[in-house]
Amino acid sequence: MKTHFLNYAAGLSLIFLMASCGNQGSETSQVLGGSAAEQAYVAPGEYDEFYAFMSGGYSGQITAYGLPSGRLLKEIPVFSKYPENGYGYSEETKAMFNTSYGEVPWDDSHHIELSQTNGEFDGRWLFVNGNNTPRIARVDLKTFETVEILEIPDVAGLHCAPFITENSEYLVSGTRFSVPIPQKDVPIDTYKQNFKGLINYVSVDPEHGHMELAFQIEMPGFNYDLARNGKGKSHGWSFLTTYNSEQEHSLLEVNASQKDKDLMAVINWKKAEQYMKEGKFTERETSYFHNLMNEETTIAESEEKTLTKILDPKNCPDMVYFIPVPKSPHGCDVDPTGEYIVGNGKLSADMSVYSFDKIMKAIEEKKFDGEFDGIPIISYEAALDGIVKKPGLGPLHTEFDGKGNAYTTFFISSEVVKWDVESKEILDRQSTFYSPGHLVIPGGETRKPDGKYLVAMNKITKDRYLPTGPELAHSAQLFDISGDKMKLILDFPTKGEPHYAQAIAADKIQPNSVKFYDIENNKHPHATLGESKTKVVRDGNEVHVYMTAIRSHLAPDNIEGFKVGDKVYFHLTNLEQDWDVPHGFAIQGATNAELLVMPGQTRTLVWEPKKVGVFAFYCTDFCSALHQEMSGYARVSPKGSDVPLKWGLNEKLRENEQAAHDFYENAKQNANIGK
Amino acid sequence: MKTIKILSTVLVGMLFIYACGSKEQSSSTAEKQTTEKQEKKVPETIKMGKGVGEFTEVEVSDPLNEEWTKRGEAIYDMKCSACHKLTDQRVVGPGFQGVTNRRKPEWIMNMITNVDVMLAEDPTAQKLLEECMTRMPNQNIKPDDARKILEFFRNNDMTKAGKKDEAIKS
Ligand SMILES: [Cu+2]
Repeated sequence: MKTHFLNYAAGLSLIFLMASCGNQGSETSQVLGGSAAEQAYVAPGEYDEFYAFMSGGYSGQITAYGLPSGRLLKEIPVFSKYPENGYGYSEETKAMFNTSYGEVPWDDSHHIELSQTNGEFDGRWLFVNGNNTPRIARVDLKTFETVEILEIPDVAGLHCAPFITENSEYLVSGTRFSVPIPQKDVPIDTYKQNFKGLINYVSVDPEHGHMELAFQIEMPGFNYDLARNGKGKSHGWSFLTTYNSEQEHSLLEVNASQKDKDLMAVINWKKAEQYMKEGKFTERETSYFHNLMNEETTIAESEEKTLTKILDPKNCPDMVYFIPVPKSPHGCDVDPTGEYIVGNGKLSADMSVYSFDKIMKAIEEKKFDGEFDGIPIISYEAALDGIVKKPGLGPLHTEFDGKGNAYTTFFISSEVVKWDVESKEILDRQSTFYSPGHLVIPGGETRKPDGKYLVAMNKITKDRYLPTGPELAHSAQLFDISGDKMKLILDFPTKGEPHYAQAIAADKIQPNSVKFYDIENNKHPHATLGESKTKVVRDGNEVHVYMTAIRSHLAPDNIEGFKVGDKVYFHLTNLEQDWDVPHGFAIQGATNAELLVMPGQTRTLVWEPKKVGVFAFYCTDFCSALHQEMSGYARVSPKGSDVPLKWGLNEKLRENEQAAHDFYENAKQNANIGK
Repeated sequence: MKTIKILSTVLVGMLFIYACGSKEQSSSTAEKQTTEKQEKKVPETIKMGKGVGEFTEVEVSDPLNEEWTKRGEAIYDMKCSACHKLTDQRVVGPGFQGVTNRRKPEWIMNMITNVDVMLAEDPTAQKLLEECMTRMPNQNIKPDDARKILEFFRNNDMTKAGKKDEAIKS
């Protein structure tokens, strides 16, 4: 087998080499056109055409890749602390992790949603859900930094989130696990009586992107799995797949797969908005946190919220419907025209495609097959546009290319299948390696997809990469979909377990990218705007070091007068005003992390010296030829000793001595007065 | 079988790029460099000691503009003082004392606002890099502010060296 492969490869490559190295003009380019590697190749110094943002799953983060090269551009920390730059450890970012459960330094991130205007990506923000401790985060695409995290109360496993409407009006987010609302101590086998599901509508401020929990809709205790919002003619509606309409609570793989069909929720959110205005909601006391980065100080601030507004479908007619959907559905996707809604049943051989017009007509003509908890169930036959017959095994997710084609991943049969949205005819199928979950086409969720590439995100990678012990990096596979047949052109590894991804044309982000923070606008209360303003201030056992960094020294670089038991705040301001020149700060024995401070920014690290001695600190980012020299010493004396506070850089240490003595004496006197 | 086919296609592509692509590219780059070298002329402004950048004619006058001097000092404090002292002592970069006696106003302002090009093209700037071994950072100073920093330097030279603007006379 191996020999065969080698011969085959060698033979072929010879032909390729002859063809391409010879002076054969147009023939050469034809051969090149056939080379898969060439299609994904972005020459050094050239840029990719698209940014692809992938959720990190259990890493809790987001990674940005370039397409078609598959280059990793950046890992953006969101829900997990990140020692690489001090996110979640620095004083400025700690508040991002506040929740009603206290500090939660980890989550499971699933679905990437880019902000939209008129049904197209606008390149402003990126949203992602935290599945485990229900939260939604917002990343600013000017800086690629997480700037806001909103907790969602009274839900569990916020998997069905945060799906965006076509003008970013709302992020629709449903609970995956129904739970008692409000939480209470009840036997689990009272599921049917006590457990409820909430579908949450989080509004997005059109100017600043700030999120707010606008309202929650209280639904039967199912598992709400995935959602999409209408577009074009179906704008104003949300579609959510659910499973476990059996309302079971144990051995779900059997007990929640009893019925031949589950239910898809169809919500008229414009109607819900109207009911909110009419005051048809009830208020409930609860607790959830809203964490927001202040743009001027770049310090995160947390606010606990204690009230939520709830709509009950029983009091709000024509707001919520169900439609039967094939067994155990997962994906629920709306095509670019807004007319077709694809409901994929994981355990069904066929895929159901619904028509928005038919749904509207069925509602108008009241073609209902009963109801569930007062919510009308629209007749399956009346809403159905057609069935894609036996496309593969285990359909999960569907994206669109804007040319009338849909592409669906099949988890069990490991393939991507291309089919015609109108005719439901299967056009092509390509193997993936192995077990794809989500897939992404740039703009594939919007009104205007850019149907050039498709990325399948595979759950299993064996046989594709060199072994790295029992676990392998998850594989993403890039297909060229510009022709009639899909063509696999690249394998590339991903971080964590990417669930969904979205990809956007680079030119919607690239021109707005911030290159450094303007130091003249740095409003951080502990900023040091110039080396002459560096100082060390003691306040009881708290010591504040106002330090600056520039290629290639830290100021001050010698500090004496720290004592065991002190709590030392290093406020480091990076004075650089140049692109891509962060400075780092690390000190021996720090029990938290290092800092990476962007040009013009201030970041604070707390250090609690525990041992007597002289400890080195240094810049961790190789910033110049004299980077190794970018270091200093902190002298720590025993608790209660009277070593005066002194600091300096070069000749300044001596100059400051008297001032330091005076300050210290004053402080001592003040402390004595206080006693 | 399917896996193998795809793998080999990728491999072949890589071989091809390695075998022809890289070689061609490197030779054409080399060629470009030589032609560039032959054609390259030293700009007039560099020969005149004005460096290279958007400033070709800068007017200086007396008395000093006090407001500009103050603004210049504030920027110096925030963005420059970490590396340059106001005396003749070199720290990371050269001391500023006497800078207007050594360098023309245009050179000073071009160095402040166009440092990457200056370090690439201006022999005087290159010599300073060899001495200091740290590239002067681009501190994103606006053209208007560069003029104010110049005013601050002129003031500093009067205070420290007793004369200013000598470089204009040479
Ligand atoms: Cu550094």
